[in-house]
Amino acid sequence: MEFKKKKVLMTAKEIGKTLNTLAQEIAKKENLEKVALIGIRCRGVPLAERLAKELEKLGAKNLSLGILDITLYRDDLSLVASQPIVKETKLPFGIDEKVIILIDDVLFTGRTIRSALDALIDFGRPQGIKLAVLIDRGNRELPIQADYIGKKISTSLKEMVKVELKEVDSKDEVSLWEK
Amino acid sequence: MPLKSKDLLGLEYLTKEEIEHILDTASPFKDLFTRSVKKVPTLRGKTVVLLFYEASTRTRTSFELAAKRLSADVINITVSASSVVKGEGLIDTGKTLEAMKSDFVIIRHGMSGAPNVLARNITASVINAGDGLHEHPTQGLLDIFTIREKKKRIRGNHLKGLKVVIVGDILHSRVAKSNIWGLTKLGAEVCVVGPATLIPQGIEKIGVKIYYRLEDALPGADVINILRVQLERQQQSYFFPSLHEYTLLYGITKERLAAAKEDVLVMHPGPLNRGIEISSEVADGPSSVIQEQVTNGIAIRMAVLYLLGGGG
Repeated sequence: MEFKKKKVLMTAKEIGKTLNTLAQEIAKKENLEKVALIGIRCRGVPLAERLAKELEKLGAKNLSLGILDITLYRDDLSLVASQPIVKETKLPFGIDEKVIILIDDVLFTGRTIRSALDALIDFGRPQGIKLAVLIDRGNRELPIQADYIGKKISTSLKEMVKVELKEVDSKDEVSLWEK
Repeated sequence: MPLKSKDLLGLEYLTKEEIEHILDTASPFKDLFTRSVKKVPTLRGKTVVLLFYEASTRTRTSFELAAKRLSADVINITVSASSVVKGEGLIDTGKTLEAMKSDFVIIRHGMSGAPNVLARNITASVINAGDGLHEHPTQGLLDIFTIREKKKRIRGNHLKGLKVVIVGDILHSRVAKSNIWGLTKLGAEVCVVGPATLIPQGIEKIGVKIYYRLEDALPGADVINILRVQLERQQQSYFFPSLHEYTLLYGITKERLAAAKEDVLVMHPGPLNRGIEISSEVADGPSSVIQEQVTNGIAIRMAVLYLLGGGG
Protein backbone atom coordinates (compact mmCIF):
# COMPACT_ATOMS: atom_id res chain seq x y z
CA MET A 1 0.00 0.00 0.00
CA GLU A 2 1.32 3.39 -0.92
CA PHE A 3 1.29 6.49 1.22
CA LYS A 4 -0.73 9.46 0.00
CA LYS A 5 -0.03 13.03 1.00
CA LYS A 6 -2.77 14.31 3.33
CA LYS A 7 -1.67 17.78 4.32
CA VAL A 8 1.23 20.12 4.91
CA LEU A 9 2.05 20.46 8.59
CA MET A 10 4.77 23.09 8.29
CA THR A 11 5.87 25.30 5.43
CA ALA A 12 9.45 26.46 4.95
CA LYS A 13 8.59 29.73 6.70
CA GLU A 14 7.02 27.92 9.66
CA ILE A 15 10.04 25.63 10.02
CA GLY A 16 12.28 28.70 10.22
CA LYS A 17 10.05 30.36 12.78
CA THR A 18 9.79 27.18 14.87
CA LEU A 19 13.56 26.80 15.00
CA ASN A 20 13.86 30.40 16.09
CA THR A 21 11.36 29.79 18.92
CA LEU A 22 13.14 26.59 19.95
CA ALA A 23 16.45 28.48 20.09
CA GLN A 24 14.92 31.16 22.29
CA GLU A 25 13.54 28.56 24.70
CA ILE A 26 16.92 26.82 24.86
CA ALA A 27 18.75 30.11 25.41
CA LYS A 28 16.37 30.99 28.22
CA LYS A 29 16.65 27.72 30.11
CA GLU A 30 20.21 26.48 29.47
CA ASN A 31 23.67 27.72 30.29
CA LEU A 32 24.90 28.20 26.72
CA GLU A 33 28.54 27.91 27.73
CA LYS A 34 27.98 24.28 28.61
CA VAL A 35 25.61 23.35 25.81
CA ALA A 36 26.61 21.02 22.98
CA LEU A 37 24.21 20.32 20.12
CA ILE A 38 24.25 16.81 18.67
CA GLY A 39 22.19 16.01 15.61
CA ILE A 40 20.98 12.46 15.02
CA ARG A 41 21.47 11.23 11.46
CA CYS A 42 20.12 11.92 9.12
CA ARG A 43 17.78 14.93 9.40
CA GLY A 44 18.76 15.85 12.93
CA VAL A 45 22.09 16.99 11.52
CA PRO A 46 20.91 19.97 9.42
CA LEU A 47 18.43 20.85 12.17
CA ALA A 48 21.29 21.00 14.69
CA GLU A 49 23.29 23.22 12.34
CA ARG A 50 20.35 25.59 11.90
CA LEU A 51 19.66 25.69 15.63
CA ALA A 52 23.32 26.49 16.27
CA LYS A 53 23.06 29.47 13.90
CA GLU A 54 19.94 30.69 15.69
CA LEU A 55 21.64 30.32 19.07
CA GLU A 56 24.66 32.24 17.84
CA LYS A 57 22.35 35.09 16.92
CA LEU A 58 21.20 35.01 20.53
CA GLY A 59 24.75 35.39 21.80
CA ALA A 60 26.08 31.81 22.03
CA LYS A 61 29.78 31.55 21.23
CA ASN A 62 31.80 28.55 20.03
CA LEU A 63 28.91 26.12 20.39
CA SER A 64 30.03 22.50 20.18
CA LEU A 65 28.27 20.73 17.32
CA GLY A 66 28.30 17.00 16.72
CA ILE A 67 26.77 14.22 14.63
CA LEU A 68 25.53 10.91 16.00
CA ASP A 69 24.89 7.81 13.90
CA ILE A 70 22.84 5.35 15.92
CA THR A 71 22.76 2.45 13.44
CA LEU A 72 25.04 0.18 15.49
CA TYR A 73 22.87 0.71 18.57
CA ARG A 74 19.51 -0.08 16.98
CA ASP A 75 17.35 -2.75 18.58
CA ASP A 76 15.74 -3.92 15.34
CA LEU A 77 18.76 -4.93 13.25
CA SER A 78 17.71 -8.55 13.08
CA LEU A 79 14.17 -7.54 12.09
CA VAL A 80 14.90 -5.29 9.13
CA ALA A 81 15.35 -6.95 5.77
CA SER A 82 18.59 -5.29 4.74
CA GLN A 83 21.22 -3.71 6.90
CA PRO A 84 20.96 0.07 7.23
CA ILE A 85 24.03 1.92 6.02
CA VAL A 86 26.46 2.75 8.82
CA LYS A 87 27.80 6.29 8.73
CA GLU A 88 30.32 8.19 10.78
CA THR A 89 29.66 9.61 14.22
CA LYS A 90 31.51 12.90 14.64
CA LEU A 91 31.90 14.29 18.13
CA PRO A 92 34.90 16.62 17.91
CA PHE A 93 34.73 17.48 21.62
CA GLY A 94 34.65 15.67 24.97
CA ILE A 95 31.10 15.26 26.24
CA ASP A 96 32.02 15.01 29.93
CA GLU A 97 30.42 17.83 31.96
CA LYS A 98 28.54 19.15 28.91
CA VAL A 99 24.81 19.61 28.67
CA ILE A 100 23.98 17.71 25.51
CA ILE A 101 20.96 18.69 23.49
CA LEU A 102 20.07 15.82 21.18
CA ILE A 103 18.29 16.95 18.05
CA ASP A 104 16.05 14.88 15.81
CA ASP A 105 13.34 15.67 13.30
CA VAL A 106 10.47 13.46 14.50
CA LEU A 107 9.84 11.92 17.92
CA PHE A 108 7.71 8.79 17.44
CA THR A 109 8.26 5.45 19.22
CA GLY A 110 11.24 6.77 21.20
CA ARG A 111 13.47 3.90 20.07
CA THR A 112 15.88 6.09 18.14
CA ILE A 113 16.40 8.22 21.23
CA ARG A 114 16.94 5.11 23.37
CA SER A 115 19.69 4.06 20.94
CA ALA A 116 21.15 7.57 20.92
CA LEU A 117 21.34 7.60 24.73
CA ASP A 118 23.22 4.29 24.73
CA ALA A 119 25.60 5.59 22.08
CA LEU A 120 26.26 8.84 23.94
CA ILE A 121 26.95 7.12 27.25
CA ASP A 122 29.76 5.18 25.52
CA PHE A 123 31.49 8.51 24.89
CA GLY A 124 31.53 9.71 28.47
CA ARG A 125 29.43 11.18 31.25
CA PRO A 126 27.70 14.40 30.30
CA GLN A 127 26.22 16.57 33.01
CA GLY A 128 22.83 16.16 31.38
CA ILE A 129 21.15 15.11 28.16
CA LYS A 130 18.12 16.96 26.79
CA LEU A 131 16.04 16.28 23.71
CA ALA A 132 14.80 18.76 21.11
CA VAL A 133 12.57 17.71 18.19
CA LEU A 134 10.87 19.52 15.37
CA ILE A 135 7.74 17.34 15.55
CA ASP A 136 6.35 15.15 18.33
CA ARG A 137 3.82 12.79 16.73
CA GLY A 138 2.95 10.73 19.82
CA ASN A 139 2.63 6.92 19.84
CA ARG A 140 5.55 6.30 22.16
CA GLU A 141 6.70 2.72 22.84
CA LEU A 142 9.22 3.75 25.50
CA PRO A 143 9.03 6.18 28.43
CA ILE A 144 10.88 8.98 26.62
CA GLN A 145 9.78 12.61 26.28
CA ALA A 146 11.26 15.67 24.62
CA ASP A 147 12.35 18.81 26.50
CA TYR A 148 11.95 21.13 23.52
CA ILE A 149 9.20 20.50 20.96
CA GLY A 150 8.63 22.51 17.79
CA LYS A 151 5.14 21.22 17.11
CA LYS A 152 3.04 18.53 18.74
CA ILE A 153 0.47 16.59 16.76
CA SER A 154 -1.52 13.42 17.31
CA THR A 155 -1.30 10.80 14.60
CA SER A 156 -2.41 7.25 13.95
CA LEU A 157 -0.07 4.37 13.14
CA LYS A 158 -1.37 4.41 9.55
CA GLU A 159 0.06 7.87 9.10
CA MET A 160 3.60 8.98 8.38
CA VAL A 161 5.22 12.32 9.09
CA LYS A 162 7.68 13.34 6.40
CA VAL A 163 10.26 15.99 7.14
CA GLU A 164 12.09 17.42 4.16
CA LEU A 165 15.05 19.74 4.61
CA LYS A 166 16.93 21.58 1.89
CA GLU A 167 20.31 20.21 2.98
CA VAL A 168 19.13 16.64 2.29
CA ASP A 169 16.01 16.97 0.15
CA SER A 170 14.93 19.51 -2.45
CA LYS A 171 12.85 21.74 -0.17
CA ASP A 172 11.85 22.65 3.38
CA GLU A 173 8.51 21.10 4.33
CA VAL A 174 6.82 18.90 6.92
CA SER A 175 3.86 16.89 5.69
CA LEU A 176 1.46 14.21 6.85
CA TRP A 177 0.91 11.12 4.71
CA GLU A 178 -1.57 8.25 5.01
CA LYS A 179 -1.76 4.69 3.75
CA MET B 1 22.27 -2.23 -0.67
CA PRO B 2 22.37 -5.65 0.96
CA LEU B 3 24.82 -8.44 0.14
CA LYS B 4 23.13 -11.12 -1.93
CA SER B 5 24.63 -14.13 -0.19
CA LYS B 6 24.46 -15.16 3.48
CA ASP B 7 28.14 -16.09 3.23
CA LEU B 8 31.44 -14.50 2.30
CA LEU B 9 33.32 -17.22 0.44
CA GLY B 10 35.48 -15.22 -1.95
CA LEU B 11 35.75 -11.97 -3.86
CA GLU B 12 35.20 -13.95 -7.05
CA TYR B 13 31.52 -14.26 -6.09
CA LEU B 14 30.93 -10.59 -5.24
CA THR B 15 29.96 -7.79 -7.60
CA LYS B 16 31.94 -4.57 -7.82
CA GLU B 17 29.08 -2.83 -5.99
CA GLU B 18 29.07 -5.35 -3.15
CA ILE B 19 32.82 -4.99 -2.69
CA GLU B 20 32.51 -1.21 -2.59
CA HIS B 21 29.63 -1.45 -0.12
CA ILE B 22 31.77 -3.50 2.28
CA LEU B 23 34.68 -1.07 1.91
CA ASP B 24 32.42 1.95 2.51
CA THR B 25 30.90 0.30 5.58
CA ALA B 26 34.35 -0.39 7.07
CA SER B 27 35.24 3.32 7.36
CA PRO B 28 32.84 4.22 10.19
CA PHE B 29 33.92 1.05 12.03
CA LYS B 30 37.51 2.28 11.88
CA ASP B 31 36.42 5.45 13.65
CA LEU B 32 35.32 3.33 16.60
CA PHE B 33 38.95 2.47 17.31
CA THR B 34 39.69 6.06 18.32
CA ARG B 35 37.08 6.00 21.09
CA SER B 36 37.76 4.99 24.65
CA VAL B 37 34.85 2.52 24.50
CA LYS B 38 35.62 0.55 21.34
CA LYS B 39 32.62 -1.69 21.61
CA VAL B 40 29.10 -1.35 20.20
CA PRO B 41 26.07 -3.55 20.99
CA THR B 42 25.24 -4.39 17.36
CA LEU B 43 25.63 -8.19 17.48
CA ARG B 44 24.62 -8.67 21.09
CA GLY B 45 23.28 -12.20 21.57
CA LYS B 46 24.81 -13.54 18.35
CA THR B 47 27.35 -16.35 18.43
CA VAL B 48 30.48 -16.45 16.30
CA VAL B 49 32.45 -19.68 16.01
CA LEU B 50 36.06 -19.65 14.85
CA LEU B 51 36.85 -22.99 13.25
CA PHE B 52 40.48 -23.03 12.24
CA TYR B 53 41.93 -26.18 10.71
CA GLU B 54 45.21 -24.37 9.97
CA ALA B 55 47.52 -22.25 12.09
CA SER B 56 46.82 -18.54 12.31
CA THR B 57 47.53 -15.73 14.70
CA ARG B 58 46.58 -12.47 13.09
CA THR B 59 43.50 -13.56 11.15
CA ARG B 60 42.02 -15.42 14.10
CA THR B 61 42.80 -12.63 16.57
CA SER B 62 41.48 -10.04 14.14
CA PHE B 63 38.17 -11.88 13.64
CA GLU B 64 37.87 -12.45 17.37
CA LEU B 65 38.43 -8.76 18.13
CA ALA B 66 36.01 -7.71 15.38
CA ALA B 67 33.28 -9.98 16.75
CA LYS B 68 33.91 -8.90 20.35
CA ARG B 69 33.83 -5.21 19.44
CA LEU B 70 30.38 -5.87 18.02
CA SER B 71 29.40 -7.58 21.32
CA ALA B 72 28.99 -11.06 19.85
CA ASP B 73 29.94 -14.14 21.86
CA VAL B 74 33.00 -15.81 20.40
CA ILE B 75 33.98 -19.45 20.60
CA ASN B 76 37.38 -20.66 19.45
CA ILE B 77 37.62 -24.25 18.31
CA THR B 78 41.11 -25.61 18.28
CA VAL B 79 40.78 -28.38 15.78
CA SER B 80 43.71 -30.39 17.14
CA ALA B 81 41.83 -30.70 20.45
CA SER B 82 38.35 -31.30 18.99
CA SER B 83 36.26 -34.19 17.69
CA VAL B 84 37.89 -33.68 14.31
CA VAL B 85 40.83 -35.74 15.53
CA LYS B 86 38.32 -38.51 16.20
CA GLY B 87 37.46 -38.41 12.52
CA GLU B 88 34.43 -36.13 12.45
CA GLY B 89 33.81 -34.75 8.96
CA LEU B 90 33.46 -31.07 8.11
CA ILE B 91 29.72 -31.15 7.44
CA ASP B 92 29.03 -33.00 10.69
CA THR B 93 31.12 -30.49 12.63
CA GLY B 94 29.18 -27.70 10.94
CA LYS B 95 25.81 -29.30 11.75
CA THR B 96 26.85 -29.69 15.38
CA LEU B 97 27.80 -26.02 15.56
CA GLU B 98 24.49 -25.13 13.97
CA ALA B 99 22.57 -27.24 16.49
CA MET B 100 24.28 -25.10 19.12
CA LYS B 101 22.68 -22.07 17.41
CA SER B 102 25.80 -20.44 16.05
CA ASP B 103 25.06 -17.49 13.80
CA PHE B 104 28.44 -17.28 12.10
CA VAL B 105 31.07 -19.89 11.36
CA ILE B 106 34.43 -18.47 10.37
CA ILE B 107 36.48 -21.19 8.83
CA ARG B 108 40.08 -21.68 7.75
CA HIS B 109 40.77 -24.95 5.99
CA GLY B 110 43.57 -26.52 4.01
CA MET B 111 41.24 -27.68 1.24
CA SER B 112 40.18 -25.22 -1.44
CA GLY B 113 36.39 -24.96 -1.44
CA ALA B 114 35.84 -26.33 2.08
CA PRO B 115 33.95 -23.15 3.15
CA ASN B 116 31.70 -23.48 0.08
CA VAL B 117 30.79 -27.04 1.08
CA LEU B 118 30.06 -25.95 4.64
CA ALA B 119 27.99 -22.97 3.47
CA ARG B 120 25.74 -25.19 1.35
CA ASN B 121 25.02 -27.42 4.31
CA ILE B 122 24.24 -25.03 7.15
CA THR B 123 22.04 -21.95 7.53
CA ALA B 124 24.56 -19.99 9.60
CA SER B 125 26.65 -17.42 7.73
CA VAL B 126 29.99 -18.88 6.69
CA ILE B 127 32.99 -16.60 6.34
CA ASN B 128 36.06 -17.90 4.58
CA ALA B 129 39.22 -17.08 6.55
CA GLY B 130 41.46 -18.78 4.00
CA ASP B 131 40.89 -22.04 2.12
CA GLY B 132 43.68 -24.02 0.51
CA LEU B 133 45.00 -22.32 -2.60
CA HIS B 134 41.67 -20.59 -3.24
CA GLU B 135 40.78 -17.33 -1.47
CA HIS B 136 41.20 -15.24 1.66
CA PRO B 137 38.48 -12.66 1.00
CA THR B 138 38.79 -10.51 4.12
CA GLN B 139 42.53 -10.13 3.50
CA GLY B 140 41.80 -9.06 -0.08
CA LEU B 141 39.22 -6.57 1.18
CA LEU B 142 41.52 -5.10 3.81
CA ASP B 143 44.32 -4.74 1.26
CA ILE B 144 42.00 -2.90 -1.13
CA PHE B 145 40.63 -0.79 1.73
CA THR B 146 44.19 0.22 2.65
CA ILE B 147 44.99 1.09 -0.96
CA ARG B 148 41.83 3.18 -1.33
CA GLU B 149 42.51 5.00 1.92
CA LYS B 150 46.18 5.71 1.25
CA LYS B 151 45.71 6.62 -2.39
CA LYS B 152 42.63 8.71 -1.61
CA ARG B 153 40.45 6.76 -4.02
CA ILE B 154 37.45 6.67 -1.73
CA ARG B 155 35.23 8.93 -3.79
CA GLY B 156 35.01 8.40 -7.50
CA ASN B 157 35.07 4.84 -6.23
CA HIS B 158 37.30 3.03 -8.68
CA LEU B 159 40.97 2.23 -8.83
CA LYS B 160 41.41 2.89 -12.53
CA GLY B 161 44.96 3.74 -13.55
CA LEU B 162 46.48 2.33 -10.38
CA LYS B 163 49.22 -0.23 -10.93
CA VAL B 164 49.40 -2.95 -8.30
CA VAL B 165 52.28 -5.46 -8.44
CA ILE B 166 51.93 -8.72 -6.51
CA VAL B 167 55.28 -10.36 -5.91
CA GLY B 168 56.11 -13.96 -5.10
CA ASP B 169 54.27 -17.24 -4.79
CA ILE B 170 51.02 -16.58 -6.63
CA LEU B 171 50.31 -20.29 -7.03
CA HIS B 172 49.90 -21.10 -3.33
CA SER B 173 48.67 -17.69 -2.22
CA ARG B 174 44.98 -17.26 -1.47
CA VAL B 175 45.78 -13.65 -0.55
CA ALA B 176 46.95 -13.09 -4.12
CA LYS B 177 43.80 -14.64 -5.58
CA SER B 178 41.44 -12.53 -3.50
CA ASN B 179 43.46 -9.41 -4.30
CA ILE B 180 43.37 -10.20 -8.01
CA TRP B 181 39.59 -10.75 -8.08
CA GLY B 182 38.85 -7.63 -6.08
CA LEU B 183 41.35 -5.27 -7.68
CA THR B 184 40.47 -6.21 -11.25
CA LYS B 185 36.75 -5.76 -10.50
CA LEU B 186 37.47 -2.26 -9.20
CA GLY B 187 39.47 -1.40 -12.31
CA ALA B 188 43.08 -1.49 -11.11
CA GLU B 189 45.91 -2.75 -13.33
CA VAL B 190 47.18 -5.91 -11.64
CA CYS B 191 50.60 -7.42 -12.39
CA VAL B 192 52.07 -10.56 -10.89
CA VAL B 193 55.76 -11.32 -10.76
CA GLY B 194 57.57 -14.40 -9.48
CA PRO B 195 59.35 -17.58 -10.51
CA ALA B 196 57.59 -19.26 -13.45
CA THR B 197 56.97 -22.34 -11.30
CA LEU B 198 54.88 -20.25 -8.89
CA ILE B 199 52.66 -18.48 -11.43
CA PRO B 200 49.45 -20.46 -11.96
CA GLN B 201 48.62 -21.38 -15.53
CA GLY B 202 45.92 -19.35 -17.22
CA ILE B 203 45.92 -16.53 -14.67
CA GLU B 204 46.26 -13.99 -17.48
CA LYS B 205 42.71 -14.90 -18.51
CA ILE B 206 41.29 -12.96 -15.55
CA GLY B 207 43.03 -9.79 -16.64
CA VAL B 208 46.42 -10.02 -14.95
CA LYS B 209 49.79 -9.19 -16.53
CA ILE B 210 52.54 -11.71 -15.87
CA TYR B 211 56.21 -10.85 -15.34
CA TYR B 212 59.11 -13.06 -14.37
CA ARG B 213 61.64 -10.34 -13.56
CA LEU B 214 61.14 -7.67 -10.89
CA GLU B 215 63.00 -5.14 -13.05
CA ASP B 216 60.25 -5.44 -15.67
CA ALA B 217 57.33 -5.31 -13.24
CA LEU B 218 58.24 -2.54 -10.81
CA PRO B 219 58.55 0.61 -12.97
CA GLY B 220 55.45 2.77 -12.48
CA ALA B 221 54.09 0.65 -9.60
CA ASP B 222 51.72 2.46 -7.20
CA VAL B 223 51.45 -0.52 -4.86
CA ILE B 224 53.68 -3.53 -4.24
CA ASN B 225 52.03 -6.38 -2.39
CA ILE B 226 54.73 -8.79 -1.25
CA LEU B 227 53.68 -12.36 -0.56
CA ARG B 228 55.22 -14.50 2.11
CA VAL B 229 57.51 -17.31 1.00
CA GLN B 230 55.55 -20.23 2.43
CA LEU B 231 58.46 -22.10 3.95
CA GLU B 232 56.12 -24.79 5.27
CA ARG B 233 55.32 -25.80 1.70
CA GLN B 234 58.98 -26.59 1.13
CA GLN B 235 59.03 -24.33 -1.84
CA GLN B 236 62.76 -24.28 -1.81
CA SER B 237 62.96 -27.96 -2.62
CA TYR B 238 60.32 -28.12 -5.34
CA PHE B 239 59.70 -24.72 -6.83
CA PHE B 240 62.97 -22.83 -6.77
CA PRO B 241 66.57 -23.88 -6.28
CA SER B 242 67.32 -22.06 -3.03
CA LEU B 243 65.98 -19.40 -0.68
CA HIS B 244 69.13 -17.42 -1.30
CA GLU B 245 68.44 -17.36 -5.01
CA TYR B 246 64.82 -16.34 -4.39
CA THR B 247 65.98 -13.42 -2.27
CA LEU B 248 68.49 -12.35 -4.90
CA LEU B 249 65.86 -12.37 -7.64
CA TYR B 250 62.63 -11.40 -5.88
CA GLY B 251 63.50 -9.99 -2.44
CA ILE B 252 62.30 -6.38 -2.12
CA THR B 253 65.10 -4.11 -0.97
CA LYS B 254 65.39 -0.36 -0.74
CA GLU B 255 67.43 -0.27 -3.94
CA ARG B 256 64.81 -2.25 -5.86
CA LEU B 257 61.98 -0.14 -4.48
CA ALA B 258 63.50 2.92 -6.17
CA ALA B 259 62.25 1.59 -9.52
CA ALA B 260 58.63 2.02 -8.43
CA LYS B 261 56.81 5.34 -8.07
CA GLU B 262 58.07 7.63 -5.35
CA ASP B 263 54.83 7.36 -3.35
CA VAL B 264 54.60 3.57 -3.71
CA LEU B 265 52.83 1.61 -0.96
CA VAL B 266 54.52 -1.53 0.33
CA MET B 267 52.13 -4.16 1.64
CA HIS B 268 52.59 -7.62 3.12
CA PRO B 269 49.90 -9.90 4.57
CA GLY B 270 52.27 -11.21 7.25
CA PRO B 271 53.89 -12.98 8.92
CA LEU B 272 57.10 -11.49 7.55
CA ASN B 273 60.17 -13.46 6.60
CA ARG B 274 62.57 -10.58 7.10
CA GLY B 275 65.61 -10.76 4.88
CA ILE B 276 63.90 -13.22 2.50
CA GLU B 277 61.02 -11.66 0.56
CA ILE B 278 61.36 -8.24 2.20
CA SER B 279 64.31 -6.43 3.78
CA SER B 280 63.85 -4.92 7.23
CA GLU B 281 64.70 -1.54 5.77
CA VAL B 282 61.64 -1.75 3.50
CA ALA B 283 59.34 -3.41 6.05
CA ASP B 284 59.97 -0.64 8.57
CA GLY B 285 60.47 2.12 6.00
CA PRO B 286 58.28 5.09 5.09
CA SER B 287 56.50 3.31 2.21
CA SER B 288 55.36 0.42 4.38
CA VAL B 289 51.69 0.25 5.42
CA ILE B 290 51.97 -3.21 6.97
CA GLN B 291 50.80 -2.08 10.42
CA GLU B 292 47.85 -0.17 8.95
CA GLN B 293 46.80 -3.33 7.14
CA VAL B 294 46.45 -5.05 10.50
CA THR B 295 44.33 -2.24 11.96
CA ASN B 296 42.17 -2.03 8.85
CA GLY B 297 41.64 -5.78 9.00
CA ILE B 298 39.56 -5.45 12.15
CA ALA B 299 37.38 -2.74 10.59
CA ILE B 300 36.82 -4.84 7.46
CA ARG B 301 35.88 -7.91 9.49
CA MET B 302 33.47 -5.86 11.60
CA ALA B 303 31.85 -4.56 8.42
CA VAL B 304 31.51 -8.09 7.02
CA LEU B 305 29.99 -9.43 10.25
CA TYR B 306 27.62 -6.47 10.39
CA LEU B 307 26.50 -6.79 6.78
CA LEU B 308 25.99 -10.56 6.98
CA GLY B 309 24.34 -10.34 10.40
CA GLY B 310 21.04 -8.80 9.38
CA GLY B 311 18.91 -11.79 8.56
CA GLY B 312 18.39 -12.76 12.19
